[in-house]
Amino acid sequence: MTLTLVGLSHHVAPVELRERVTLDLDAAAALARSLGDAVCLSTCNRTELYVDGIDEHTVLAALEQIAGEPLDGVVYRLHEDAAALHLFRVAAGLDSLVPGEGEILGQVRAAYESVEPGPMLDHVFRQSLAVGKRVRTETAIGESPASVSSAAAALAAQVFGDLKGRRVLLVGAGRIGELAASNLASRGAEIAFVANRTLETARELAQRFGGQALTLDQVAARLGEIDVVVSSTSAPGPVLHSSDVPAKRRTPLFFIDIAVPRDLDSDIARLDGCFLYDIDDLEAVVAETLAGRRAEAERAEELVAEEAERFRAWRASLDVVPAIASLRARAEEIRNAELAKLKGRVSDDERRTLESVTTQILNKLLHLPTIRMKEAAVSPDGTAYADAVRHLFGLEDES
Amino acid sequence: MVEALFWPALLAYGEAAFAYASARTARAATWGVRLGWLAQTALLVTQAERAGGFPWSSWAGSLNLFVWLVVGAYLIWGCRPRFRLLGLAVMPLAAALFLVARIGGGTSSGSKSGYGNLFLVLHVGLVLAAFAGFTLAAALAGLYLWEERRLKRRAADILRLRLPPLASLERLTWRTVAVSLPLLTLGLAAGIIRQRERGGSIDALEAVTVVTWLVYGGFLALRPTGRRAAYLALGGFALVIVARLALAGGHFA
Repeated sequence: MTLTLVGLSHHVAPVELRERVTLDLDAAAALARSLGDAVCLSTCNRTELYVDGIDEHTVLAALEQIAGEPLDGVVYRLHEDAAALHLFRVAAGLDSLVPGEGEILGQVRAAYESVEPGPMLDHVFRQSLAVGKRVRTETAIGESPASVSSAAAALAAQVFGDLKGRRVLLVGAGRIGELAASNLASRGAEIAFVANRTLETARELAQRFGGQALTLDQVAARLGEIDVVVSSTSAPGPVLHSSDVPAKRRTPLFFIDIAVPRDLDSDIARLDGCFLYDIDDLEAVVAETLAGRRAEAERAEELVAEEAERFRAWRASLDVVPAIASLRARAEEIRNAELAKLKGRVSDDERRTLESVTTQILNKLLHLPTIRMKEAAVSPDGTAYADAVRHLFGLEDES
Repeated sequence: MVEALFWPALLAYGEAAFAYASARTARAATWGVRLGWLAQTALLVTQAERAGGFPWSSWAGSLNLFVWLVVGAYLIWGCRPRFRLLGLAVMPLAAALFLVARIGGGTSSGSKSGYGNLFLVLHVGLVLAAFAGFTLAAALAGLYLWEERRLKRRAADILRLRLPPLASLERLTWRTVAVSLPLLTLGLAAGIIRQRERGGSIDALEAVTVVTWLVYGGFLALRPTGRRAAYLALGGFALVIVARLALAGGHFA
């Protein structure tokens, strides 16, 4: 069994090339099946083929056919432990554009489940899924938001906890405001109102979120009915003033101002129970969380290295498996031959007792050598033990 | 036996107090809380068994029981990964008070009080349980104020050093008070009935406890929100400290 990886990613290939070799799940699975024992992981950032016992030139040729150009300068080729380590890092999100992003683990799982891999690929992919899960459980690498819009939603959740049922007023129907609203909606918030300079544009977006469209001059009147305001208009001055905010409220009001120039009067932040974050604040939060992710990535790398070592030990143990199997087969053969000599000389009960006792003796006798051979297999001269066993017990002919 | 239980409990609480400082060791801290609380439970059972009744009516003894109740309340309401900083507030205090209880002789074998067991369990036990709840509520209110301040100041590390959401802290503070106040009411009622039967005038501790009851009663009745709620919970806790530390000495004398 020989594990090989041939692939390209955002580290080495420009987007123009990556988009040519990006395959959907079905096409990736078809490519893998056409090669033999293979798994194809294809996302917007990478296309990688993990194969067992297939020549890397064949794999490269398949990729080049899809790309429509030679890929020799941009692909990486990794073998055995290095290929496994790479896959573990990918599954853990350590090779991603944003360290720790969680989507890749699902993509690795989908790629693995889309084909029926042989024992080597099955083992390395199952272990990679476990590694990805372990990294996310034991480190905080995936906990923090990595974009301004997701940071805005995470901050709202830091105020309100569960956002289910919280009402959002979106001021401005621009792309970035829509992204922030989508993030809030994905956490259960209700986009109750969309306000815009032109009512028609507001109506289009409001329809998509199931909210109500407003004009900008209706915004202040609705502040008593909502929990979160997301503002992203291109207005030259403030759209909302602190005097517009209702004084008597029992719940907090969270303002997100993503516009430049700012839409929301900075005095709003001084009001009791009001929280205001502008684009600079959000970017500072994202920068800080990304720094946190990088710190967590160091811990994650340690976990990945630990798992890579386990994989190496497992793979090394495969080298001694034939010797162990031969030794056990030879012992079993001798046992059966000796028991056969007793045929007719002992009763059925006695025969069963003898079979049980001799089996136990064999198991006990072979247990320690089996363990020692597997342990020794990890060391550089590990196969020497297996060779010695083959020689001592005359197993060479069988292997 | 009592000695053999005190030190493991103190060691475990101490370990938790330090281990909560880092997110990496928070799990070990939680185990410290659990094991320490079990050791202290065994200590209290041994004390009660040896005294043949309720041996915690002295100020130091009641402090020992108080610590057990505070840690117990923390285990029930706050012992979660997101509440690590609550543990960092509660466990050093618990460990320090536990040590003070020992210095005052509250963790030794102790002797049975002259008061009846039922009265002591109802009065001392319930009042201390309520005070433990108020302590936890104050810690939650403190966390609320800190988190609210960070959000107001737009601290860049707000999502990195993450506390529970403001709404959760506020809700949990209210619930803790809502559970604790009935306990205080029952404990106070037991004390008042007893005092009426025996005669005698109201002492300073009783007066402060009644004021405490009024503050928390007002907290539940008015149900303030935001900063006001947190300040009121902390104000009530200031009275608990006065009652617990400054005035407790002569109450059962």
